[in-house]
Amino acid sequence: MSIPIFVPRDSAALAMGSDVVAQRIMIEAKQRGLDVHVVRNGSRGLLWLEPMIEVQTDHGRIAFGPVDDTDIPGLFDAHFHEGGTHPLALGPTDEIPFLKQQERLTFARVGVTDPLSLADYLAHDGFQGLHTALQAEPDHIVRIVTESGLRGRGGAAFPTGIKWHTVRNTPANQKYIVCNADEGDSGTFADRMLMEGDPFALIEGMTIAALAVGATQGYIYVRSEYPQAILILNKAITMAQQAGYIGAHILGSEKQFELEVRKAAGSYVCGEETAMLESIEGKRGIVRAKPPLPAITGLFGKPTVINNVISLASVPIILAKGADFYKNHGLGRSRGTLPFQLAGNVKQGGLIEKAFGITLRELLYDFGGGTASGRPIKAVQVGGPLGSYLPESHWDTPMDYEAFAALQATVGHGGIVVHDDTADLAKLARYAMKFCAIESCGKCTPCRIGATRGVEVMDKIIGNQDRPAQIELLRDLCDTMLNGSLCAMGGMTPFPVLSALNHFPHDFQKENAATTGEHHV
Amino acid sequence: MSAAYNPQKVAELISAQINRPGALLPILHAIQDELGYIPPDSVTQIAAAVNLTRADVHGVITFYHHFHTTPPAWHTIHVCRAEACQSMGADRLAEHVERNLANSPPNVFEVQPVYCLGLCANAPAIMINEQLHARVTPEKFDRLIGPLADKS
Ligand SMILES: Cc1cc2nc3c(=O)[nH]c(=O)nc-3n(C[C@H](O)[C@H](O)[C@H](O)COP(=O)(O)O)c2cc1C
Ligand code: SF4
Ligand code: FES
Repeated sequence: MSIPIFVPRDSAALAMGSDVVAQRIMIEAKQRGLDVHVVRNGSRGLLWLEPMIEVQTDHGRIAFGPVDDTDIPGLFDAHFHEGGTHPLALGPTDEIPFLKQQERLTFARVGVTDPLSLADYLAHDGFQGLHTALQAEPDHIVRIVTESGLRGRGGAAFPTGIKWHTVRNTPANQKYIVCNADEGDSGTFADRMLMEGDPFALIEGMTIAALAVGATQGYIYVRSEYPQAILILNKAITMAQQAGYIGAHILGSEKQFELEVRKAAGSYVCGEETAMLESIEGKRGIVRAKPPLPAITGLFGKPTVINNVISLASVPIILAKGADFYKNHGLGRSRGTLPFQLAGNVKQGGLIEKAFGITLRELLYDFGGGTASGRPIKAVQVGGPLGSYLPESHWDTPMDYEAFAALQATVGHGGIVVHDDTADLAKLARYAMKFCAIESCGKCTPCRIGATRGVEVMDKIIGNQDRPAQIELLRDLCDTMLNGSLCAMGGMTPFPVLSALNHFPHDFQKENAATTGEHHV
Repeated sequence: MSAAYNPQKVAELISAQINRPGALLPILHAIQDELGYIPPDSVTQIAAAVNLTRADVHGVITFYHHFHTTPPAWHTIHVCRAEACQSMGADRLAEHVERNLANSPPNVFEVQPVYCLGLCANAPAIMINEQLHARVTPEKFDRLIGPLADKS
């Protein structure tokens, strides 16, 4: 029987050379007359080991990595395809501590299956949630999602069931499900990995949402920086249509749901839900004032569910296994799991799905193994470019929406970016202002003008001009942005800036100011 | 990679997208994917098709970083400048890229910043044309760019 060899085609694996590895395996196998075939799976999320390849043996899957194409002849010489030993062998994949210690609910299939095989999807519990949903009353679906405690994974952590309830109870001749796959936050890649590694889970989640609220059309708004995700989604949608999971008659029922990918165009603010709606409507991505809520007046003026990829992809397992199963993970009002993304200057970066309650320190050291540079960790930014920089004194805080809010920080989309002791937090604060200035939609003054002024003020602080007065000015500016901005772009840019200033004041007092890097950013 | 404005071709691209709700972005993507950019001369034609003013269409094109109205260079290099990549030396890499390409002939290379490619655990990351590359050191960059520089 032909032996399967798994070589990921997740973007991170591709960027580390997995296509060449796959080709080389096929060439070598042919030359050696071996009966093996390559399966292009998603990534297991042990990203420092990419390209990480696996072979199927009688004792389960065995991993090898990081593999270079030049390693392939040696791997075959060592009979790796039959589980033979080799310096790159990592043992049984499921026993690798980084993976073994996780709780993979939403990411249960990612890296395990062939993302574009419906048979694989079905063999790994796929579409069980959809079957449950098709037999349930729509109100019951909404109730299960509400009771699961699922909150929006895009950043704002709004309870998903409550949002669906509003859309369900707003009468209209047309409703929409919009999936926010703009994933603009730097330091995050969970949406990308899910879309590339298990697209049917997202399709299933959106279909369940559609059944719950009575929507017949869905859009997935994917950032243009993710061509691989777009390619895989489009293929998966076509396959799901042909097999009758979506389309005019969902699994032969009278329910209808059409699904389409929309490619974004490189604007961070279009991740904000109302700017995203404007963008899908073909306009500039200018934030809308709320109310009206998109749940009532959303896309093309119709009631619209807007949810992040991970929120939607978590719905199938909730329907399949029940609200309690999901709710029994986590703590406080943060229920279930979150796929944390460990990135930046870290030795073992990757995706870690864990129940809420794990601490940053556990993620940084038990999973991450400290910095890639081998130097001490200085600061950790959690929750994307609008997230706070946390010093060591905060690393024992449990990952929990409320606990982070109490620290004037955010869990956000679960991105964790590690900086070692060479980082200059004044420079990073300047970058936060600069990023806001570049990406502001321009609708409100505190953000549009404030961010540009913020860059100027930071330049003066870094250049050691009139520091005490400039720092006071910076605090004033942040205050205005915090309180006067229409959306979290302007409203949260002060998080990284003030946390840098408050926790790392020395970086704002350096004698010889370094250059700002203005020329490049 | 890029082609001149051809009203006939643009008309075909528009008509393939026009029936989609909110057709403007799909139209702009289709044109840029085909021609490499959005020719300024095509704006009138696009505006007429979607029932907007030229100023509206122009406003949309300029709002989005992804769209451009001049033909691109032979090779576009996106260098990620966001935080995770900064923590792994993206600033130094960007300087190296600029320095390395400073003496290349005009219109061969174009360097653009990008704010996250979703490769943040394998930083620093760049994209050369449509190809992603992670853990890019200056040496690796030189290796990647060598064959492109020779051919052009
Ligand atoms: C500037 C800005 C950018 C945002 N970017 C994203 C994004 O890339 N992806 C996302 O899911 N949510 C993003 N959000 C949050 C969305 O506005 C919205 O809360 C979310 O899509 C709702 O889905 P959820 O409830 O499932 O999280 C952003 C918000 C702001 C203010
Ligand atoms: S805060 Fe900034 S991005 Fe948000 S609406 Fe105001 S100007 Fe636009
Ligand atoms: S921050 Fe550079 S790829 Fe995400």
